[in-house]
Formats: sequence, C-alpha cells, structure tokens
Amino acid sequence: MTPDPLFFSIILTASLLVFAWSCRRRLSLVAIGSEENRFDDLPLRLWNMFTLAFGQKKVLARPFGLNHFVIFWSFMLLALANGDFLIRGIAPRAGLALLPPAIYHPLLMVFDLVSLLALLASIVAAIRKVVAPPYEGAATREAFAILGAIALLMLAYFGLHGAEIAAGKEPAAAWMPVSALAGQVISLVFHPSLFPLLSSTFWWLHAVLLLGFINFLPYSKHMHVFTAIPNCFMKSLAKPNAQPREQFAEGNTFGVGSIDRFSWKDLFDSFSCTECGRCQLACPAATTGKALNPRGVIHSLKQNLLANGPLMQRQGKGVVPLIGNGEGSVAADAVWSCTTCGACMAACPVMIEHTPKLVKMRRHLVETEAAFPEELLVFFENMEQRSNPWGIAPGERSKWSSQISARPFKAGETEYLFFVGCAGAFDSRSKQVTLAMARILDAAGVSWGILGKEEKCCGDSVRRLGNEFVFDRIAEENVALFNEKGITRVITHCPHCFSTLKNDYRQYGLELRVISHAEFIDGLLREGKLQLNHQVTGAGAVVFHDSCYLGRHNEVYQAPRSVITAATGEAPLELPRNRENAFCCGAGGGRMWMEEHAGSRINLNRVDEALAKNPDTICVSCPYCMTMMEDALKDRQAAGTCVRDIAEIVAEGLRPDV
Amino acid sequence: MYAIACIKQVPDTTQVQIDPVTNTLVRDGIPFIINPYDVHALEESLRMKERHGFRALALSMGPPNAQAALRKALALGVDEAVLLSDRCFGGADTLSTSNVIAAAIAKLAERDEVGIVFCGKQTIDGDTAQVGPGIAVRLGFSQLTLVDRIEQVDFLKKRIRVRRKLEGRYEIVEARLPAMVTVVRELNRPRYPTVPMRLKAARAEVTTWNNSHLNLDVNSIGLKGSPTWVSRIFSPERAQGEIIGDGIGNPDGTARMLVERLIAADMLAV
Repeated sequence: MTPDPLFFSIILTASLLVFAWSCRRRLSLVAIGSEENRFDDLPLRLWNMFTLAFGQKKVLARPFGLNHFVIFWSFMLLALANGDFLIRGIAPRAGLALLPPAIYHPLLMVFDLVSLLALLASIVAAIRKVVAPPYEGAATREAFAILGAIALLMLAYFGLHGAEIAAGKEPAAAWMPVSALAGQVISLVFHPSLFPLLSSTFWWLHAVLLLGFINFLPYSKHMHVFTAIPNCFMKSLAKPNAQPREQFAEGNTFGVGSIDRFSWKDLFDSFSCTECGRCQLACPAATTGKALNPRGVIHSLKQNLLANGPLMQRQGKGVVPLIGNGEGSVAADAVWSCTTCGACMAACPVMIEHTPKLVKMRRHLVETEAAFPEELLVFFENMEQRSNPWGIAPGERSKWSSQISARPFKAGETEYLFFVGCAGAFDSRSKQVTLAMARILDAAGVSWGILGKEEKCCGDSVRRLGNEFVFDRIAEENVALFNEKGITRVITHCPHCFSTLKNDYRQYGLELRVISHAEFIDGLLREGKLQLNHQVTGAGAVVFHDSCYLGRHNEVYQAPRSVITAATGEAPLELPRNRENAFCCGAGGGRMWMEEHAGSRINLNRVDEALAKNPDTICVSCPYCMTMMEDALKDRQAAGTCVRDIAEIVAEGLRPDV
Repeated sequence: MYAIACIKQVPDTTQVQIDPVTNTLVRDGIPFIINPYDVHALEESLRMKERHGFRALALSMGPPNAQAALRKALALGVDEAVLLSDRCFGGADTLSTSNVIAAAIAKLAERDEVGIVFCGKQTIDGDTAQVGPGIAVRLGFSQLTLVDRIEQVDFLKKRIRVRRKLEGRYEIVEARLPAMVTVVRELNRPRYPTVPMRLKAARAEVTTWNNSHLNLDVNSIGLKGSPTWVSRIFSPERAQGEIIGDGIGNPDGTARMLVERLIAADMLAV
C-alpha cells in the first residue's frame, strides 16, 4: 500500500520545507513590530494557555463553540495518527505499531472514533455556515474549502483503512469500527482485485490532503491553528485597557500611525484571528451601524502588514496607509467609534486585544496629527485648562457639598478619600448620587473626606481618546497630590475614576486601595452597618445594567447585584446581555463627549433591551450610564421607568419607617 | 511678508471672581488663557502661512508670564513669537497699549513687510474692542473689523477682500494691504497642538522687547500714557432668586407652576 519510501521522503521533505518557508515568511513580518515582554510570569501564562487554548474556555462560552471543541481535540489526537502516517510513509516498519498491542489497539480505536467525530463536526460547521452564518460574509469559499478538506481527509482515512480491512491485511480491524464499516462497503462495491489500488489511492489522497492542508494554512485564516495557542500564552496579564505610558521627549513618536509602530504582539494578534466574528457581534459600534468592526480592524492590520511588511523590511517604508480608507487601512471613523467597552476582547476566543490597538491609533491621530472629531477640541481644552469635561470653573467643584457637612480629607485622620469625580461634582443628576453616597457613608459611620476644590479629573476620557500628553500631566498632578496627602484608600462612585485610579495610576507608582461604591456598600451591608427598610426603597421591579468599567474591565459583577438584593429584598432582573457579555451604554472611551452620527443609537439599543423586562427602575452604577439611559428613556417616552444608581436605591432605604 | 497675530493672555474669566470688599478681581491661583477671540486670530495667521506663504508671528504685550501664551502659539505653529514686556508698559489703557503694539509692528516692518495684522474682535477681560482699531490707525493700516471670512488676498494688487459679520447682515469689504483685521469666532476652527510641536515650543526662543527696544516716550505708554483708568469693578446687583416647587419629586407640577408664573409675569404668551 505505501509508496516508495525514498520517493515519499522527497515529497515530505519538500512540503515541510515549503511549509517552514511560508511560516517564516509570514511570521518574520511580526518582527517589524516594537518590543513588548509577553514572557513574564510563566506559570500564569502556561495556565492561561491550558485553560484558554487546550481547555477552549472562551470557545465554549458560545453555544456553537462545542463544535469547535470537537474539531480542536480531534486534531490534537489525530496529530498523533497523522504523524504516525507520515513516519510510516518514509519508514514503513516504524511508528506506533511498534507499541505493545495493549496500547496500540485502544489508540487505533480512539483515532477511528475521533475521525468520525471530526467528519461530523466539519459537516455540522458547513451546514451552519449555509443555514445560519454567524455574520454576513462568514460563508467564504476559503471556509468551505477548509471544511471540505477536513471532511475529505477523514473519508480518506476511513477509505485507506477500510481497503486494508477488506483485503484482510489489517490485524487490528476489530479495534476500528468505522473503518471496518468502510471495509464492508468497499467489499460490497469493489472487486477484491481492486483493493490494493484503492488502498494506495486513498493513501495518496490522504497524504496529498494532509500536506496540502498544512501548506495552505499559513496563507489563510486557519493560520490560527498554529498561532492561537501561543496567543493565549502571550495574552496581556495586566488590564489591557490600561495602555502603556508614553515618554514625552523630542524625537519620539507618539501613538501608532504605521503598522511597524505596533508591538510585535499586536501584529501576532492579526495572524491569530479566526474570523469567527464574535467580537463584531458583541461590539456596540458594529451592531449599531458604525464604521467600526473589530474583526475588520484586525483583518485590515493583517492586510496592511502583508502589503507593507516586506517593503518595510527592505526599505523601511510601506505604501498602504494604516489609517485611511481602502483595503488594508483602518478608517479614522472606525477608530473614533470605539467605546473601549472591551466586549470584543471579552468575546475573543483567542485573546486578541482589539481596544489597545484602537487607542494607539487614536494617540497617533491626536498627538501627531491633531486630527480628531471637532467636538473634541473644546473637550480637550476644558480638560487641559479646567480639569473637567464641561469646562466649569474648578472652584465650583465642591458646590454639591454646600448642603451637607462634607469634610476635607485630612492626612492621618481621615480613613477614606471619597473621590467624587467630575460627573459627581458637576453633573446635576449625578450630584444626587454623590449626596446619596454621602448619606450612606455617614449612616455607616465611615471616616471619609473629600479633596473639594483640589480634586481634579482622573483623566479617563482623555486617555481613552488617545490624548496621552494631557492624561500624563493630569495623572502626574493627581499622583503628586495623593502622595502629598498620604491617601491610600479611595472610594469612587464613577467606574471610570475607579478603573483609572486603580489600574492606570499604578503605572505612575501609585498603589491605592480603590474601592468602588458597589463593593464598599456591599461590604457595609455585610458587616451590618446599614439598616435598610425594604418597604421604602420604592424601586419596584429593578433591572441591572452592568457598567463596562466596573464589570468587564474590573470584574465587579456580584457586588452591585448583592447591594440591590439587600436594598430591595429581591434579586435584580437580568438583561439578556449581562456581566461579561453586557452591552455598553455608548459613553465609554470618551464617546460621552462625542456625537453619534452614524447608524442607530447605542443607548437606545440598550434601553430597549431593558424596557423589554418591564422594569420600574433601571439600576446603574456609573454616571455615564445614568446619562445615557436617562436620555434613551426620554427618547422612548418611557415615563413609567426611571434610572437610579445603586447608591440612590440604598439611600432611599435608609429612611425610617413611613 | 508677515502675518502677525496679536494675542493677549487673560485670566480664565469663568474662574474670576470679584472681591466684594476691594472691588478688584480676585486673580490668585486663577489660570491664564489666550483670549478666546485671539485664538482665532492666531489660527488665521497660521492659515495665511500655509496658504500664502506668510511668515506667522505672534505678538503679545504683558507681564513675563505671558510667555506661556506665546509658547502655546509656537506649539500651534507660528514661526516667531515676540513678547512686549516692560514695567513701564504696565497699567496701560487701550490707547497706550495700541501705542506700544503699533511701535513693535513698525519695528518688525523694518525686517520684513507686514501684510496683515490679526486681532481678536475684543478681549474677554477688557471687552473694549479698541486695541485692534487703535493699532490700525496708528500704523495707517486698513481697518477691517468683525471679519468672519477672508474672501481673497491678492499680493500683486496688494488687496484683501473680507466679509464682516454685522448685526443682521454681512458686508463684503475690499481694502488695500497692509491691513489690520479683527476676527470673530466664526472665522475658523482653531487647530490643536501636536505633541512634537508642544515639545519643540517648550524650549523655543521667545523674543522679549522692552522699551529700550522700542524707544517710546514714557509719557505715551503705560499708566502715564493712559487717559482712562478703572475706578471700580463690581458685580451688578441682582434680585435674589426663588426656588419654586419640587423639581425632583414633582417635575410635572413644578413645570406647570413655572409656566403659570411666567405667563403671569408676561414673559411667556399662550
């Protein structure tokens, strides 16, 4: 059955060399990217690789992921069978058959059954691509070619072993039920004189498919077969939303304006994309008709790298613009559409980091080109000049506290700094939340204080919008102030302040214990420091909307739910898209300060989802969500529903019996 | 040929308060900004540089800390920045201010021809709108105020055509160069400084001229050269407001109450 070993050795060597050359040619392009260390903390990285890649943790997070799980593990096991196949092609007496039968025979059984599973899974995948493709354009010729090749490979496997069994040359036939069935079919259909020919035909079909498949991979989205596993190993261990700092010295470049300015890991990401489309299905911009499609961005980076990479390696300069219109470029509109909600990254089964790439491109647009949507000009000026988004006089920052006895934070005396934030200090609706929070802190006897007029914006929006220069100044000033006052424990009620103080300021050497109001109130309730009266909370049926910066970016999911449960006596209603799958309100990433020109409105999309639950109250934990949800309710004229922050619901419950 | 932008560093008035006892501005810790109208003047001088090859220059009179405003102008892309700073320039009203600035422009004209001088239509601290016209008169330049569009600049014929934004109408005016143009906000959308430009501006040279450079008669400048002075600054008296209804608890009823009150006061008609 097997061919001349010498002849096959030549073919095998040649195709492996071509494969190695292809991989090298593609992956060497990654080296044009800048330095980044993704090899620290090896135990954690190995753990990530085992759970995410081999455990297929994220793949299985969506219903259809099971099918991929089957294909993945079939391939892992069949890699052994195929290796054996190739070795026996050059050395017919070597291979697994040398193992004791007690091991070899069960292995044959596993290979046989797993091949059947892979065949079925590839058929199921093809049917899905036709009947219910995950997104428009998912049913590509390439996808069908790959699935077809997998299916044919399995059929060739059964044909090869079936012909051997039919010819009575397979002593372990009893261990290969599917191949045995194929053997019966062959015996029925073909004359025994044809068995050797069939056997060698199937052998060659199998060999050609296998080697062809391997050589096709580097040129297709199925490159992920090789790159996805290391990509899970190299995933960001820090919060990917906290971008690295920039060094503001003359001669440096700022942000990413051409493909070689990305880090090598950013470029490696583009070779890991499976084009599954989960990111775009989760993306608030993509699902509401904006220019941004996270899958498209990663694809464009790959196209750009393939077009420019070889030129850059030779002459240092590419021809396809990174930011622009056309194939291989990312439209500036797309760059600005991102809410940095992180839904794409949470959905990605191979741990591609989309948001940081968009922020890096924003940095280039803002810092190097000074090209950004016009409404941001006033916003940037306000932030730089008055350290708040609205440009209100900093002297008015403590006005909200005029009616209460808010105390200034005093080093050594006050335990917690209550970092009010710009919205909490200036936005009239959010001031209510600040006051509610103050009542709660007082009721629980917490030692707290504020910075008053000395407080500045945390800089979240400027950082996400790519204005790192202004963020850097704000952060330096804040860090100096915090150090000077000896502040170590901070309570926030804005998740954007929370995440920035907690994750971003760490880059400035400031290690704070930052506690979100959700977690803090939850703690007070658990310690029995707050006595609530369920009857007076008056929240009715409460549906909870997760804030991206509290939830996805910092994994605070349970605390706000526990607080609502404690305050109302009932667990909140859950939206269909909740926790790590929650849908953004549309205001993150500085989008709060920009117009939403294209498509439908993100906040309406979300509020419709909430209104479908017929709630009396939409409960939020973020001032931006508050604004977006209230605006959307007005748009929908849903007068029967109101928006409340968790702190307000709790503060209501503090009232004595009526 | 120079396109000069006259800019003034002013206190950020959203943050300025008046001391009720001394009737003076409380300026402690109040940050300074470039007068917002002057930002548009600056932008237009940069556009003249880009479109017509002018040499853009930012000119400011003020205390040494006004350098900050000029550095910002450098970060935005002007080729040169000149600060007019001398103790004897201090306390100036609009007349003596325009004397100093006109003298400086005349000195610049010795180096290179001055084509257009841009000024904001007024400053947000003084609100007089007199310095620009004062400069034009003292230099004998054409005076084009309240410009919201530069229609045409013709070097050969030395002519400029602009649109003036007046109350309820526009006026297209043509004049000879050199010209002094005061601008309104609608003229352009100011740019934002890039980081490389900011870094470069941070260590760039700001030329400072005092009266030894201008040689003006000390009786025509500063407080001595000012026929007007501020005797008192005060906030206008305002009747105490009144909070009506309960906007949070009963928004509908409160809105109705407000409308009724406005109708009763004849401030709203049904």
